[in-house]
Amino acid sequence: MQDLPDQLANGLALGALYGLIAIGYTMVYGIVQLINFAHGEIFMIGGFGALTAYLWLPDGTGLAVALPLMILLAVVCAVLVAIGAERFAYRPLRGGPRLSPLITAIGLSLALQQAVWAFYPDAKKARPFPQLGGSDFDLGFVTLSREDLFIFVSAPVCMLALGLFVAKTRTGRAMQATSQDPDTAKLMGVNTDRIIVMAFAIGAAFAAVAAIAQGFKTGEVNFRMGFIAGLKAFTAAVLGGIGNIYGAMVGGLVLGVAEALATAYIGDIPGLEQFGGGSWKDVWAFILLILVLLVRPQGILGERLADRA
Amino acid sequence: MGKGLIVRHRSLLILTTTVTVSALTLSACGSRDDKSGGGDSGEKTTVVIGVDAPLTGDLSALGQGIKNSSDLAVKTANKNNEVEGVTFKLESLDDQAQAGTGQQNATKLVGNDKVVGVVGPLNSHVGQSMQKVFGNADLVQVSPANTAPELSQGPNWQKGDKKRLFDTYFRTSTTDAVQGPYAAQYLFNKRKLKKAYIIDDKKTYGAGLAGTFSDEFKKLGGKVVGTDHINPDDRDFSAVGTKVAKSKADFVYYGGEYPAGAPLSAQITKAGSKAPVVGGDALYSEEYIKLGKKNVEGDLATSVGAPLETLDTAKTFMENYKSAGYKLPYEAYGGYSYDSTWAIIQAVKAVVEKNDGKLPDNIDDTRKQVTEAMQDVKFKGVTGDVAFDEYGDTTNKQLSVYEVKGGKHKPVQTGTFEEG
Repeated sequence: MQDLPDQLANGLALGALYGLIAIGYTMVYGIVQLINFAHGEIFMIGGFGALTAYLWLPDGTGLAVALPLMILLAVVCAVLVAIGAERFAYRPLRGGPRLSPLITAIGLSLALQQAVWAFYPDAKKARPFPQLGGSDFDLGFVTLSREDLFIFVSAPVCMLALGLFVAKTRTGRAMQATSQDPDTAKLMGVNTDRIIVMAFAIGAAFAAVAAIAQGFKTGEVNFRMGFIAGLKAFTAAVLGGIGNIYGAMVGGLVLGVAEALATAYIGDIPGLEQFGGGSWKDVWAFILLILVLLVRPQGILGERLADRA
Repeated sequence: MGKGLIVRHRSLLILTTTVTVSALTLSACGSRDDKSGGGDSGEKTTVVIGVDAPLTGDLSALGQGIKNSSDLAVKTANKNNEVEGVTFKLESLDDQAQAGTGQQNATKLVGNDKVVGVVGPLNSHVGQSMQKVFGNADLVQVSPANTAPELSQGPNWQKGDKKRLFDTYFRTSTTDAVQGPYAAQYLFNKRKLKKAYIIDDKKTYGAGLAGTFSDEFKKLGGKVVGTDHINPDDRDFSAVGTKVAKSKADFVYYGGEYPAGAPLSAQITKAGSKAPVVGGDALYSEEYIKLGKKNVEGDLATSVGAPLETLDTAKTFMENYKSAGYKLPYEAYGGYSYDSTWAIIQAVKAVVEKNDGKLPDNIDDTRKQVTEAMQDVKFKGVTGDVAFDEYGDTTNKQLSVYEVKGGKHKPVQTGTFEEG
C-alpha cells in the first residue's frame, strides 16, 4: 500500500476531470430536467478545438503562449456547438413528452461524433495531443506529473468561479430561481430561455477545459473520446446528486478515486485476484454507485429529487 | 397513477420502435446485394478479390495499409497480364475491427458471384467470425495479419491437439504461438531482463499473445511480478502505471494494439517507471510513436518476418508503392497483404491453367478449385518464400524485434523461432 498517495492522486485527477464534465449534465438537468446525452460529444469537440488552436500556431510556440489560446478556442467551439444544440435540437421540443428530447440527445450525440469523424482532417484515427513535457513534481510523499497539475489547478478555479457566479450574481440567482420553479421565475420577470442557454454554455465551457486535461493526460484526442467520458461523468452526476453542482464534483472525485483504488488494490485481496485490475474497475465503480443509491437515492449531496421528475 | 403508467408505456413503445426501426435500417445498409457490374469485355473475364480490414476507427492506419497494398498487387497483376484472360478488381470493405461487421462483410462477399478470394481481416477476433461464412461457401480467405493460433490449428492447439477447422483459411503472418515465445527468449536471453509485468486487453489477439509470452518466459526462469487486464477503449491508465512503477518490473509485456498501447506506455513512463513496454506486431506501427512521443522511446515490438528494408524482394514493392502515390504508408502488414493478394492471383492462375485457359463457368466450382489450388501455391513474395503448411499457416517462420530509437522503429534482431 506504499503507493497509496500516488494512487489517490491518480484518482483525484481522474475524478476532477469527471467532475468538470459532470457539471454540464447536472446544470442542464437542474434547470430543464433533460439528460443531455450529447454532452460527451461537446466535451470531445472542445478537445478538437484545443488541438486546432495548437496546430494553427507556428511550430515551437511555447505552451505558455499556446495554452491560453487552446483553452480559448476549446471553450468557444464547445460553447457554440452547445448553444446551437440547445437552439435547434432541444428548444423546439421543450414542453413535449420527456422522452423526445432524450432521443434527440442520443441522435445528436451520434451525429456530432460522425461529423467530427468525417470532416475534421485525419480524425478517423486518434490525433496526437501536445504534451506539457518537463519533469514531474516530487512532493516527497507523492509525485505529480505536469499533466495532472493542469487539472488540479483548473478544476478548483472553475468550481470557485461557478460557486461565486451562482450565489452572488443576478444571473446566478435567476438560475437558481428557474431551477426551483421555472414558471414562477418567468412570472417574476426572469428570461428563462436565456437562463437555459446559459446553463448549456457553462456546462460546455467546463467540458472543454476537461477535454484539454484529458488530452494532456492521454496524449491524444479522438472522435469517440466523449462516449466513455460522458458516461462516467453522467454516473458522477447521479452519484453526487443530479441537479447539484457541488454534488457533480464530489461524485466525480468519489468515482475517480474508486476506480484508481479498485485498479490498484482489489486484486490484492485474497480470493478476489480475478476481479482486480484495470478491466474490473468500472464494475467496482458501478457497484459503488448502486450501493450509494440504495442508501441515498438522491445521491451524495442531492437534496430535492422527490419533487423532480 | 394508472394514467401515468399508461403514458410511460406509450413513451417506451415509441422508444423501442425508434430503436428497432433504426437498427433495421442500418442492417439493411449492410446486406445490400451487390452485383458488381464488371461483365465480360471481349474474352476477358473480370473477377473480384475482396479485402476486409478496419478502414476507419482506431486501427485504420493498419487497415488502409492492407487495402492499398492489395490494390497494388491487383494493379500489378493486371498490368503484367499475370493471368491470361482474367482481369482482377478489388472490392474493399470496412469491418471497423468488429466481429459482427466482419461477418456481415463476409456474407456480402460470398453473395457477390464475382468474388474468387478474400484478403483479410486484420484482427483475429474478426477472422474468427468470418471463417465459417467462407468455409460454407468454399471461398478462400488469406489473412495478412491474423496471429491467433486457434484460427488455423483449432481451439486445442496448446494441448498438442492440432486440427484444421476450415480448408478455406490461410494466412501469410506468423502466429502468436511463435511471436510471444520469441519475444520471451529475446528478452530473457539477450537482454537479461528477468522481471516481467504482463498486461493484456482481453481480446483474442492480446490475451493470446500475453498467454504464450508468459508461458515461455516462466519456462525460461523469468519472474512475473504482476499482471493486469485493461479495457481497450480506456485511455486513462494512470492507476495501472503507478502499479507498474511500484512493482520494479524490468519491462512490461503488453498483449494488445497500439491505440491503447501508446497511452498505456506513456502513462507508465509518466508514473516514473523506466521499464520499456514490449509487445507484438500490433504495436509495430508509426502511430504508436506518434501517439506516445518521447514517452515510448526504448519500447520494443516483435513483428512477423524480416524487416522489409532488408529483403531484396521487398525493394520493388516499396518502390512501386511509392510511385503509385498512395496517401498513407503500407504500415506493418503491407508486404503480407501484397503477398496474400498475390497468392490468390496465383491460385486463380493455377485454376485457369488447369481448365484450358478459362475459369469454370460456375462460380461455386471456381471457388472450390481456387481453394484447392491455394494449398500448393508457392512463390517468392515480398516477405520471403510464400507457401502454406497443412494448417494453412505460412511456412515462413521468421520474426524480428524492433526498438523505438529516435522516434523510429529500428530492427534490432531477426531470426527464426526455435522451440527451446
